[in-house]
Amino acid sequence: MIDLVSFIPRAVVQGIPLLYGSTGETLTEKAGNLNLGIPGVMYVGAISGVIGSFFYEQSGEINGFLAIAIPLLCSLAGSLIMGLIYCFLTVTLRANQNVTGLAMTTFGIGFGNFFGGSLIKLAGSDVPSIALSKTSAYFSHALPFADKLGWFGKIFLSYGFLAYASIAIALVTSRIIRHTRVGLHLRAVGESPTTADAAGINVTRYKYFATCIGCMIAGLGGLYYVMDYACGVWSNDAFGDRGWLAIALVIFTIWRPSIGIFASILFGGLYILYLFIPTGMDHMEIKELYKMIPYVVTLVVLVITSIRSKRENQPPASLGLAYFREER
Amino acid sequence: MNSKKKEPLLHIVKRGDVKWYVAWAIRLAAIVLALIVSGILTTALTGLNPLDVYKTIVTGAFGTARKSWITVQDISILLIISLAVTPAFRMRFWNVGGEGQVLAGALAAAACMICLGEKLPNAAVIVCMVISSILAGGLWGFVPAFFKAKWNTNETLCTLMMNYIATQLVAYYTILWEVPKGSGKIGIINQNTNIGWLPEIGNKYLLCIIIAVVSTVLMYIYLNYSKHGYEISVVGESEHTARYVGIKVEKVIVRTMILSGAVCGLAGLLLVGSINHTVTTTIAGGQGFTAVMVSWLAKFNPLGMILTSLLIVFLGRGAGEISTAFSLNHSFSDILTGIILFFVIGCEFFITYKVNFRKKATGKEAK
Repeated sequence: MIDLVSFIPRAVVQGIPLLYGSTGETLTEKAGNLNLGIPGVMYVGAISGVIGSFFYEQSGEINGFLAIAIPLLCSLAGSLIMGLIYCFLTVTLRANQNVTGLAMTTFGIGFGNFFGGSLIKLAGSDVPSIALSKTSAYFSHALPFADKLGWFGKIFLSYGFLAYASIAIALVTSRIIRHTRVGLHLRAVGESPTTADAAGINVTRYKYFATCIGCMIAGLGGLYYVMDYACGVWSNDAFGDRGWLAIALVIFTIWRPSIGIFASILFGGLYILYLFIPTGMDHMEIKELYKMIPYVVTLVVLVITSIRSKRENQPPASLGLAYFREER
Repeated sequence: MNSKKKEPLLHIVKRGDVKWYVAWAIRLAAIVLALIVSGILTTALTGLNPLDVYKTIVTGAFGTARKSWITVQDISILLIISLAVTPAFRMRFWNVGGEGQVLAGALAAAACMICLGEKLPNAAVIVCMVISSILAGGLWGFVPAFFKAKWNTNETLCTLMMNYIATQLVAYYTILWEVPKGSGKIGIINQNTNIGWLPEIGNKYLLCIIIAVVSTVLMYIYLNYSKHGYEISVVGESEHTARYVGIKVEKVIVRTMILSGAVCGLAGLLLVGSINHTVTTTIAGGQGFTAVMVSWLAKFNPLGMILTSLLIVFLGRGAGEISTAFSLNHSFSDILTGIILFFVIGCEFFITYKVNFRKKATGKEAK
């Protein structure tokens, strides 16, 4: 039997980066932009935070507030720049979104791995590897009483502040999209930019804001991964394919960030399930098949939603298409 | 008065016909601009003379005979995968699953080499490999196409998921077949008997190159001069028109994607049978995604893809050389490729659209 008290917290910490990524991507897709650059954005968000924190730790004195603020701001700035590149190319220059997204992923992962691998050499410092234990401690600081409340503390209180922030952001995003005027306009832009434009909504502005904010949220996922989950240790390619999984999660949650909270924890659980299922030493290969589960599940959900074709469960109608006012 | 004040400074108009040499001149300008930016970036990071940087890129790709052969071989493989995804793109079917289709083909070829190596003569094994890898790639293309044709499932996301399913399948079989046990990799298959190794023509690089050239020509003819190719173009331009003139859209989608997957499977066969003689989860090396960009940059023209795949491989290998020569991290090439792609993607705008500045005269009248 799986030990739930140790399984759930591990599923949650796996799920948080996915939740950030999928919330950001949902917001982006609601504006009609299919951003396949999310994996790259998450890498850039992570490495920007690492660079900020690295130089801060090098400078000597560590102050609790700055230790969190500097990596956070660096990460947001890094992912904002990626968002701006994407928007400039796809919205202003009307480039193909798939191609731009894939180029962003190539660039972002390269950027992350390059600076992750060469930061020490470039900065001319004498530490053996990037291990930001001091600033990371502030990120992974659990809530008080986490140790004292037994299983309850372990399951609900043992995470860093970014984990709780991700849930708050998902709820707020969900509320904005579904229950506010801004959200209504945003959805209009994603469903039919022509209609939205005719109604006086500034399509370009909505696309820019939604995509950039979406990228910044996704970038936080990378930051959470490296500063909290990985305890401030950067290793190349460690983030893996979580960015793609976040995009899959958007479909899985049928474009609803509030469902994403549970879905991401479920995916996090599926991601590490293979560690908890006893397979015996003879059949190590079965574990690789368990790792396939999240993708198969997503594929099945994608197909089922398209078969049922309920109108509220469909992707935004103009997803992936550039908007040019003079074209019809 | 007020309405005139609001008139924007720039006005964007769609161009009519663009002469091909104008289009390529704009692209060339973008590439030159991108090279300047990446040169500046490299200089900033390494403190080197930018000219040395460019020289290193060239020697990295074409420095010695062996390097040139490998560069051309890499171009061939990338070209084949790009050709494979192109028919699907022409009908606006966004197949980003080249990676998975290549892996499926590679896995099938490796399976034949491992399981049939002892039982059948060499020629029979090779025939089995060719058939099975093409079938496996075709199957990987068929699944998303079937869902798209039947229920209009989003193909970008569907093919993306198929990639990871293929990756995990390869991971599964890697552990099942690993030699020696516990090493986590298969190693060179049939190292002593060479069964299932595709024959060498001239030298070991030439086979891939010949296949790439032949596929390019065939694909060019198929897309431009065959009925199938015409149907693909019509479906891509407008599905409604296609239905109206009596083209069975579902059939075209499924048929084209099977072709797409099958050619990817062929690339997988070459990777396993001719180049690596083994299979790993990273054997496709992201080329399924790069191929999307190669194909798109060439405007889905098979002949143009020779140039664009050359550009991408040349830069990748050149930047690899820079990182080795100046002991930088190897991912540096990804950064450079990314920058160049951004520029080339951006320049397409200036090919499709024309930017008119607001005329001075109207500005004065408004005041």
